[in-house]
Amino acid sequence: MDLSCTPEEEEFRARLRDWLGKVLPTLPAQPSPDDWPGRRAYDLGWQRMLYDAGYADVHWDASPTRRLIYLEETEKAGAPYVGANFVGLLHAGPTIAAEGSAEQRARWLPPILRGEQVWCQGFSEPDAGSDLASLRTRARRDGDVYVVTGSKIWTSHAEVADWCELLVRTDPDAPRHRGITWLALPMDAEGVTVRPLRTLAGSAEFAEVFLDEVRVPVANRVGEENDGWRVTMVTLSFERGTAFVGEVVACRRVLTGLARTARDNGRWDDPALRRRLGRLDAEFRALWRLTQWNVSAAEESGGVPGVGGSVFKLRYSHARQELYDTAAEVLGPDCLDLDRPWVLDRLSSLSYTIAAGTSQIQRTIVAERILGLPRGR
Amino acid sequence: MRFRLTDDQKALRAGMRELLGRCFGREALRAAVDAPGRLDRALWRTLGEAGFFALRLPEADGGVGLGLPEAVLVFEEAGRALLPGPLVATHLAAASVPGAARGETVVAAVDGELVEWLDAAGAVRGDASGAVPLRSVDPLTPLHRVPAAGPPDPVAVLLTAAEQLGTAGRVCELAVQHARRREQFGRPIGSFQAVQHLCADLLVRAETARVAVYAAAVTADPADIAAARLLADEAAVQGARDCLQVHGGMGFTWEADVHLHLKRAWVRARRAGGSTQGAELLAAALAD
Ligand SMILES: Cc1cc2nc3c(=O)[nH]c(=O)nc-3n(C[C@H](O)[C@H](O)[C@H](O)COP(=O)(O)OP(=O)(O)OC[C@H]3O[C@@H](n4cnc5c(N)ncnc54)[C@H](O)[C@@H]3O)c2cc1C
Repeated sequence: MDLSCTPEEEEFRARLRDWLGKVLPTLPAQPSPDDWPGRRAYDLGWQRMLYDAGYADVHWDASPTRRLIYLEETEKAGAPYVGANFVGLLHAGPTIAAEGSAEQRARWLPPILRGEQVWCQGFSEPDAGSDLASLRTRARRDGDVYVVTGSKIWTSHAEVADWCELLVRTDPDAPRHRGITWLALPMDAEGVTVRPLRTLAGSAEFAEVFLDEVRVPVANRVGEENDGWRVTMVTLSFERGTAFVGEVVACRRVLTGLARTARDNGRWDDPALRRRLGRLDAEFRALWRLTQWNVSAAEESGGVPGVGGSVFKLRYSHARQELYDTAAEVLGPDCLDLDRPWVLDRLSSLSYTIAAGTSQIQRTIVAERILGLPRGR
Repeated sequence: MRFRLTDDQKALRAGMRELLGRCFGREALRAAVDAPGRLDRALWRTLGEAGFFALRLPEADGGVGLGLPEAVLVFEEAGRALLPGPLVATHLAAASVPGAARGETVVAAVDGELVEWLDAAGAVRGDASGAVPLRSVDPLTPLHRVPAAGPPDPVAVLLTAAEQLGTAGRVCELAVQHARRREQFGRPIGSFQAVQHLCADLLVRAETARVAVYAAAVTADPADIAAARLLADEAAVQGARDCLQVHGGMGFTWEADVHLHLKRAWVRARRAGGSTQGAELLAAALAD
């Protein structure tokens, strides 16, 4: 077991820290959470700066240790989060890198890295959430295009996305998991309608997407026709395995802020609250170690993260909610004031045990795929 | 960074598991339960010969010359096997108490408000004057109560966490084995989601504790150790309870081993540096 970094990695850290120190003061102010076009421009702009400085691909191509160093240093420095680039950088891009043809990699990966494209994820449908394989959006083959009709829901960032990783049913007669195909859908194609959905946090974080006879070239298919379920598993393993990693570092910073606030407002004298904060510190320390462990395991087995991601996702999503519930205790009555820090975060944390596979679904995955328990019905 | 066990570490763990399987299998465990208060001195010497106590002593002093990460692995195995005796105290006394390293002297220590195995010990670390025996809930750990002791030794806290980790991993295995075998309603109970989810939580708690304990062994940082202990205590105690639940009525019998794991986890959780102390230590560091 080795938690230390090589001299080259330490040099990478020093160089990155130095660069962050120079560029962060030059960044414009963050747009408001409701200003989606503003957020898109801001997040793409940040990605472009990373690209120009040679850090664009740090989420995929770099050594796992460098990726973790990047996350630690950017978080410590208060650098912007991936934001609207979440899907492109953290799971669509890696899926195309792992499963796409050379042509597809050349077509989509550079613009994602240069901060020119926002991607979204069109997996869920109104009647296909946890039971994703029951999706019904239909794609009929017509020569060298697929004609797609159906609808998607809870599609994060759809309003400002250029591309969508889209799951469609290409063979309605095949067994459920066998008739699915993974397509890259251009969001400006004719027949695509996006209707923003308001979340409980008040913002239009996600949307409904309606697809009416949308023509998608066969060349946009990643993987074989009807082999989309396998490709989807690759996407989900990135989504659960590595996509939330950066946030763990952020949570520990929030925790420090909470402790200081509690000390200043007198709540610190309550031993139960103090211990709750201490307990959360243990939790987030361990989650960071779990990340290092999973990343090392993925490296050992050749790249794609394994089901260990479900262990992480399960534990992390609950810890994050506990963190912001504790924040509410520290804030007292201010926890009901939307203008206070952490109050919006508390609301958005409510989605973590649902999005990217609910806790119940993750537990079933752990039980059946890690522990080998017999399949339930 | 490469946060994985090395081949040598895997071999050490496998060797320890094999040794304990041979010297302290299920029959030996149940025999020990039937003869409470008696420490098997031959087994203790076998552990000494295998280097369990001298593991971290320099080779020049007749030790094995390994470090905390290796110690954590062997204590995890001891925890898994429910090995009785003041293991941590004797290991920590290897350099200072004659005979401890070789397993010839059993060393007890005042830890928190309790001393384990006081009557069996040839030496005692800390002030055990005024110790009063109590009727121990764990049939494999005789206990005395003492007036409150000094601050905890971080290495003792970490090795206790490692033993708790062993329990956490073992009770997860026991629950899964049982869930595969036991049938109700014409199906293995492990196919019922309520049972699957209990087992999944067992694993998640054990794996979270595992990375915390291993990382703390590498950094030896007091805050990492406090965090590791907190999570390992929880994984062992809650894990043993959930394992009992998965076993149903059978889990509530003396015959099943589940209660032995739970009771030992309770005993270890009372040692110094447990969850309250750990949480306070971490909180104080946060507010600094
Ligand atoms: C903030 C947010 C962002 C999202 N972004 C996207 C996105 O960008 N793209 C996308 O495709 N999707 C997205 N989703 C959708 C998300 O993946 C689904 O909401 C999720 O998979 C759950 O599906 P569902 O909402 O249909 O709930 P349901 O599947 O209807 O589940 C309802 C309840 O039943 C439980 N349940 C269902 N089946 C089982 C079972 N077999 N065993 C035990 N319990 C079960 C669930 O755990 C849950 O508690 C997003 C969701 C949220 C909240």
